[in-house]
Amino acid sequence: MREVAIVGTGVTKFGELWDKSFRAIGIEAGIKAIEDAGMSGSEVDGVYFGNMSSRFINQQHIDALIADYSGMATRNVPAVRTEAGGASGGVAFRQGVMAVASGMNDVVLVGGAEKMTDMDDAGTALIMDSTADAEWEVSMGLTLTSLYAMIARRMIYDGIATREEIASFAVNAHKHGALNPNAQYRKAVSLETVMRSGPVAEPLGMFDCAPYSDGAAAVVLVPLEHAKKMGVDYVKVSATAQASDTLALFQREDITTFKATTVAAKEAYKIAGIEAKDIDVAEVHDDYTVGGIMALQDLGFFKKGEAGKAVLEDRVSIDGEVAINTSGGLKAAGYPVGAAGVAQIVEITNQLRNRADNRQVKDAKYGLAQSVGGTGSAVTVSILEAI
Amino acid sequence: MSAVAKEWREIPARYNLEGSECGNCGRKYFPKRNMCPHCRRNGFGKMRPYDVSKKGKIFTFSIIHDAPEANRDLKPYAVAMVRTDDGLLISGQLTDVDLAQIEIGMRVRAVLRKLGDAGPSGIIHYGFKFVPDL
Repeated sequence: MREVAIVGTGVTKFGELWDKSFRAIGIEAGIKAIEDAGMSGSEVDGVYFGNMSSRFINQQHIDALIADYSGMATRNVPAVRTEAGGASGGVAFRQGVMAVASGMNDVVLVGGAEKMTDMDDAGTALIMDSTADAEWEVSMGLTLTSLYAMIARRMIYDGIATREEIASFAVNAHKHGALNPNAQYRKAVSLETVMRSGPVAEPLGMFDCAPYSDGAAAVVLVPLEHAKKMGVDYVKVSATAQASDTLALFQREDITTFKATTVAAKEAYKIAGIEAKDIDVAEVHDDYTVGGIMALQDLGFFKKGEAGKAVLEDRVSIDGEVAINTSGGLKAAGYPVGAAGVAQIVEITNQLRNRADNRQVKDAKYGLAQSVGGTGSAVTVSILEAI
Repeated sequence: MSAVAKEWREIPARYNLEGSECGNCGRKYFPKRNMCPHCRRNGFGKMRPYDVSKKGKIFTFSIIHDAPEANRDLKPYAVAMVRTDDGLLISGQLTDVDLAQIEIGMRVRAVLRKLGDAGPSGIIHYGFKFVPDL
């Protein structure tokens, strides 16, 4: 297999982009990425696009829409849309890497987009809930938030994290989001604000949950050998791994660990030839604060029972032991689902290229991105390396 | 009619907690599976109905305030993961309970209740919920 490099990144503003359509934001991110790579769209020979739900915009065949509006269809370039719940973008990235690594494609555009605010919040919530088991969780009266809330309740009961420690994940997210010009929420918040936010599904409140967002992100992939000759800043894709687990949370032996994360992380570290302690900066899937705490443990950054303390003690911010969610994460930067996994890659790439401006992590060598579908039913873990 | 068929074929599970037992390894599942994920082909065709215990203990729970449209009238309402006495883990609503009294380890039993309906002229969904087992 060929080694793969990221040579360009693009991301739109995340938020309630009422003046922009799905197709408009998807194209905006793609153009930025190709421009950043110093390339022309006519060089692209494959498109992989993360998009979670056609129901948000009542449009199937998202792959064709993207190929058409990005100008790829005029050259009949194939486009593939991937869906894996919250991990849709992470899976698109991995598929794109595999296409270049295998030699099937030479220049791949990986994109991701979601337009979640073209419907009311209740409708959006139902679609998000359907990333859990629609038949045996959702139709029984559960919601996706309540599933994460039950994980949080059990973690607190088992002494793995306190309520304050779980809430502190949002404090770290907002602290970083305030520094990201594309973030949906650019405002630091206090622990008290998170703790006092209105209950959504106890023990989780409004500030434990990532928002509904519109937004898109894209990266350009080429073979590493090709990147070396391009004269642009690039990073190496050191590993990309993916793992599955049961669709329903209640089918698991342990609900305070996402085994799919531990398995994908182990494989990614092995492929990259590094350990968790070598990671300098990471973007983890914090659709809920408790998910972020679990990620820090499942990825091996902290032992089970110690991640929450580290976050509460402000040890995972930009100049911390490991910089977590410097973009603001899904919580503060926003969570346009299909874009999220790709936006994580954009943030890590820019950290490793020393282009993260006022949220730059010093001397970052290795970065990691973790994308999660549902309650850990699908997880991707990718590792990037500065050149 | 498809909505009716979908409802009808899940009646044994929704009303009576009927799951499956693998005839090859003996593992038990809820909801039912046509193939044991551990034995795969070796267990295919050997899955038999299994009546899950209707009693158990609360493993974890949540009180839902931001409720889906279908359950707006119920909110706030409780949901739980219940460890049944035969060792399975099952999700469902808690009902006939003082929300402030719910705790992990509380004994509960499954009862048949209305889960919702498909509008004024649609079918009514029934299924199990858990109540305190005093």
